[in-house]
Amino acid sequence: MSQYAQSSDAAALVSTSPPRRARRKFNVMSIVGTTPMILTAVGVFVICIIFSFIWSFTNSKLFPNFNFVGMDQYNRLWASDRWRISVGNVFLFGVCSLVANMVFGYLLAVFMDQRIKQEDLFRSIFLYPFAMSLVVTGLVWQWMFDPNLGIQSAVRQLGWTDFQFAPLTNQATAIYGVVLGGVWNGVGVTMAILLAGLRGVDAEIWKAAKIDGIPAWRTYLFIVLPMMKGALLTAFILQCTGVVRVFDIVIAMTQGGPGVATQMPAIYVIQHITDRVNVGQGMAAACTMLLPVLAVIVLQGVLQWNAKRKKEKAI
Amino acid sequence: MTQHSVSIRDLSLNFGNVKVLEHLNLDIAQGEFIVLLGPSGCGKSTLLNCIAGLLDVSDGQIFIGGRNVTWEEPKDRGIGMVFQSYALYPQMTVERNLSFGLRVAGMKKDEIDKRVARAAEILQIGPLLQRKPVELSGGQRQRVAIGRALVRDVDVFLFDEPLSNLDAKLRSDLRVEIKRLHQRLKNTMIYVTHDQIEALTLADRIAVMKNGVIQQLSDPHTIYNKPVNLYVAGFIGSPQMNMLNGTLDGTTFTTDEGIAISAANYEFTTPVSGPTKAILGVRPEHIVLGEDARSMPFTLDVEIEIVEPMGSDTLAWTKIGGHPVTFRCNSDVDIKSGQKALIGFDAGRGSIFSVETTNRL
Repeated sequence: MSQYAQSSDAAALVSTSPPRRARRKFNVMSIVGTTPMILTAVGVFVICIIFSFIWSFTNSKLFPNFNFVGMDQYNRLWASDRWRISVGNVFLFGVCSLVANMVFGYLLAVFMDQRIKQEDLFRSIFLYPFAMSLVVTGLVWQWMFDPNLGIQSAVRQLGWTDFQFAPLTNQATAIYGVVLGGVWNGVGVTMAILLAGLRGVDAEIWKAAKIDGIPAWRTYLFIVLPMMKGALLTAFILQCTGVVRVFDIVIAMTQGGPGVATQMPAIYVIQHITDRVNVGQGMAAACTMLLPVLAVIVLQGVLQWNAKRKKEKAI
Repeated sequence: MTQHSVSIRDLSLNFGNVKVLEHLNLDIAQGEFIVLLGPSGCGKSTLLNCIAGLLDVSDGQIFIGGRNVTWEEPKDRGIGMVFQSYALYPQMTVERNLSFGLRVAGMKKDEIDKRVARAAEILQIGPLLQRKPVELSGGQRQRVAIGRALVRDVDVFLFDEPLSNLDAKLRSDLRVEIKRLHQRLKNTMIYVTHDQIEALTLADRIAVMKNGVIQQLSDPHTIYNKPVNLYVAGFIGSPQMNMLNGTLDGTTFTTDEGIAISAANYEFTTPVSGPTKAILGVRPEHIVLGEDARSMPFTLDVEIEIVEPMGSDTLAWTKIGGHPVTFRCNSDVDIKSGQKALIGFDAGRGSIFSVETTNRL
């Protein structure tokens, strides 16, 4: 967006008499075309976020009101054990699933890059989970982890009768079960993005590495991977947003349990707005959740700006 | 076989049903600069990739330094290679780019340092060693790419269109640089290009290729003055050789319009018996104008159609019979379009090709 703005500014500076009619026509058409999207963006995102922000400073209960109570909701939020555990959980969930997602995504992409037969088929298989709702994914994995239905009972029926594998029933391991389901769901997308990045690497780089006698795994790790910053960042940010708003898969797999072992901020928000009739508290939690998202966006902006500046400096 | 630096024996390469190279033979002497020249798709890059070991051959053998390397890994063949896109590792400094292959091979650090320092000195890239490729100009990047081949301390250098991504001025600068490098190092160099100027200026011998077959393998002077067939004659030279259609009978060439041209001075490579359909090729610079033309075996009064002053010399367009003909003359000569002029040439310096076989007669 900012790039367009800058380039048109530059164009305006350079051309002394811009072709006015052509420009106006273009503007009218583009405004007409994008009006529905502008309305949606402003209505749904901007206005709703503003109201959420305002209500987070009120003592709204069942219905939103405007009795302002200052920072009370935020103080109560951070005093709540449930919230603090949720934040800890989402942090653990985020780190684990991001690392696993990127690592396995890259490994799968490298695997797909070996000129294997039936590449299209495999790509579809790996991408397929993403086409499924996280609720479905969650349910499937809940069944797989169910001691009486899934992997544990299958292995026991094969003869290992004391085999134990039921991560979701244990407070210490439940969150890793959810991580596994989430990674299974999202790893295909990471693979697709990184595979496109891999294919974008100049074939002559590979030839040069071969002549230099650099083994394929080193080429993938030390030469090709750093060349794919764009694809990596895209995949990473996509997964980050997924982590912050993680909700449906947890609901489907554990409902936040056992106990509070897989409690997440998004669950906290929904529960306070609906079951606990405390809109103000829910809004405060929701606004707090916006902070990491903003941080990621700012980070991306800074990185892009930095890369652009470096490029300009090189020229 | 030992005296050859690189020997290619009966090499064939197929992609599926497409035959890219067919029974190709090529012997390259120690320290020779060979240029593989041809239009895109003629198989010249494919041949280079086969020598490098980046493509598996379908049939035949490749010897480098007397050793059969047909099935060896690229790194074990004793070659260095420079690519059109430079193919530098973008996130590494110049110094790392040069040394990475050696480090991976487990070479001692002081030996690596010595080699990098030598390459940097030869290519004058010392001040750039700590920079990254994005901070370099195209010419500097290509120097680094050459440096990466240099530190490998190999006998054979392969160049795959190394100057094609550079602008005209840099290209001619670096061309001289590569020639100087060859004179200093005396390595065997195999150089792929579609640019005939690069080929003519750099090569000890040029291999002109078409459809995976070497048409002519010879020194630049012979390639230019005695092309073996119509294809080589048309491909080399800018502007193109003038081609006149006609009939050859004994030593007299008669154009289709009935203009007789004596080819008494011509050295025939194959004896011609009886009238034969033939094409007479004359280089633009072999046609002379005005007083100088009177001493030539063949002269003709013509009307100048177009004059193109090119600075160092002038190109003029006219017609012999119905054929458009260009000739090159000194830029001081005052000629104008529409002017009548006398031109002349010696067919003995030209080339005569059989229409039937397209080969030189």
